[in-house]
Amino acid sequence: MTINQLSIFIENRSGTLIKVLEALKEAKIQIIASTIADTAEYGIYRLICSEPTRACECLKKAGVAVALSDVFAIELDNEPGCAADAVQAFSAAGISITYMYSFLLGGKGILVFRTDDNAHAADVIAKAGLRGIDESALTGMA
Amino acid sequence: MIWNPNKECMSRDEMSALQGKRLHKIVEYVYHNVPFYRNKLQEMDIRPDDIQTIEDIHKLPFTTKKDLRDNYPFGLQAAPQSEIIRIHASSGTTGNPTIVGYTRKDIGVWSECMARCLTAYGVTRDDIFSVSYGYGLFTGGLGAHYGVEHIGASVIPAGTGNTEKHLKLIRDLGITGIACTPSYALYLAETMDKLGIRKDDIRLRVGAFGAEPWTENMRCEIQERLGLKGYNLYGLSEVMGPSVSYECQMQNGSHICEDHFYPEIINPVTLEPLPAGQTGELVFTTLTKEGMPVLRYRTRDLCSLLPGTCDCGRTSVRMGRIQGRSDDMLIIRGINVFPSQVESVVLSMPEFAPRYMLVVDRVNNLDTLQVQVEIRQEFFTGTFDTPAAVDALEKRLAAKLKSVLSISAKVQLKAPGTIERSQGKSAHVIDKRQL
Repeated sequence: MTINQLSIFIENRSGTLIKVLEALKEAKIQIIASTIADTAEYGIYRLICSEPTRACECLKKAGVAVALSDVFAIELDNEPGCAADAVQAFSAAGISITYMYSFLLGGKGILVFRTDDNAHAADVIAKAGLRGIDESALTGMA
Repeated sequence: MIWNPNKECMSRDEMSALQGKRLHKIVEYVYHNVPFYRNKLQEMDIRPDDIQTIEDIHKLPFTTKKDLRDNYPFGLQAAPQSEIIRIHASSGTTGNPTIVGYTRKDIGVWSECMARCLTAYGVTRDDIFSVSYGYGLFTGGLGAHYGVEHIGASVIPAGTGNTEKHLKLIRDLGITGIACTPSYALYLAETMDKLGIRKDDIRLRVGAFGAEPWTENMRCEIQERLGLKGYNLYGLSEVMGPSVSYECQMQNGSHICEDHFYPEIINPVTLEPLPAGQTGELVFTTLTKEGMPVLRYRTRDLCSLLPGTCDCGRTSVRMGRIQGRSDDMLIIRGINVFPSQVESVVLSMPEFAPRYMLVVDRVNNLDTLQVQVEIRQEFFTGTFDTPAAVDALEKRLAAKLKSVLSISAKVQLKAPGTIERSQGKSAHVIDKRQL
């Protein structure tokens, strides 16, 4: 039910981000969405892309500190209030969302998030009738 | 003022005779009480009776920090444990700290030497004196403390930290003397500015500054901003602690308590003694110590010796300013730090590559230490998708470093392969401090 997100350690130094992006370009990986959790000294670059496993291997070969993290992606109608309703379902179930970001893809809103209890979260997604999407569906939309 | 004119102003002939007599005694003492020294001397075919005058010291073997480490914890202790009344510890180059035990007589000698220092600075029983070196395993705090009590001044055991409260006491109690690191003295001045305390509001007149190298420029700045006269105080725990040497009113070299600590300057490469005036590695032999005497201990401090009677009247030899080290030891906030200590901690955590960099800086007159390490790719797993996870790893290393180094270090995680592979020891250190 979860999808693979690339989590990349990036120092706050010029040239570090471009090294990652060049390696992905070289490997013809398509970036679908990305966000950076920034701190004073480094950032965690989170990235949803085509062929995440291959992308991860390519980056490792380029000497980048990268790993695959399990995150959820759910599809929402592009309307006001949809995100609130979705998050409410997790909140009611006592599941904490560690981080979250969203983007539009094919006219639909995609909410990506990580939780502190993936098994429980999968259960909630099913019961609340949320439209969880897997990797092939996501790549297909791109 | 001179605390002990008999010793501090002794004629050179008398001093040499006294040193020779004491050297013979100490060699005989360690020969019979410390197997390490006995074995070394026997290997060199030296008997205690071969050592009769101070010139005979050149026959003796050197002792190094490594010897202290190899004989951890009590291998070099000469007195029985029942005679030891205090134990201090300083940082070792790796793993084990250096343990130094003192007998009651040692503590007495230490207090006497410290009293000589304080008296040379002009401190008397009428002073209120704040000891702002760290109290505890470090010799600075208690060493200075006992000296202040010995001359009968009022001691304020301020220790380190809580600078605002300390300044309040300095002002409200009319504290007249302070012992601390020179960088802490500058930090005090900064904090005074911040709190709006002017130098006319305080009565400090004497500063005993040591435990780290400092310059004439720093002295001028401290004297100007705190309105006191600042004097050098030198010592090392392996030999005794603070009080091994001290400046007088001339502020021109530090007089060595050479009736207790015999100094030599050697070429650190050839180990040959160097003539007076030349810069080389400072070596000390303790002439009277009971707990842990050392023969020709290599301090790794580089300086020169200045013989001749000083304008203050003292005849004891002076040492010039420390000009550097013949090893890679750093002094950070007065604490000795070896890059190899950091290395041992980094190597103990599989998450990190065996590469590291120490970045030392001085911000607002306080030394800072940053340790850069590389995370190993295979340990960068999917759970490192938040700064909190990275910070937790950094904190784990920082806690281990703190327990080994005794000072806080800020850990900075670097991407794999970004720390330059070092060539030689010094490549592990970037010291940005401008002294």
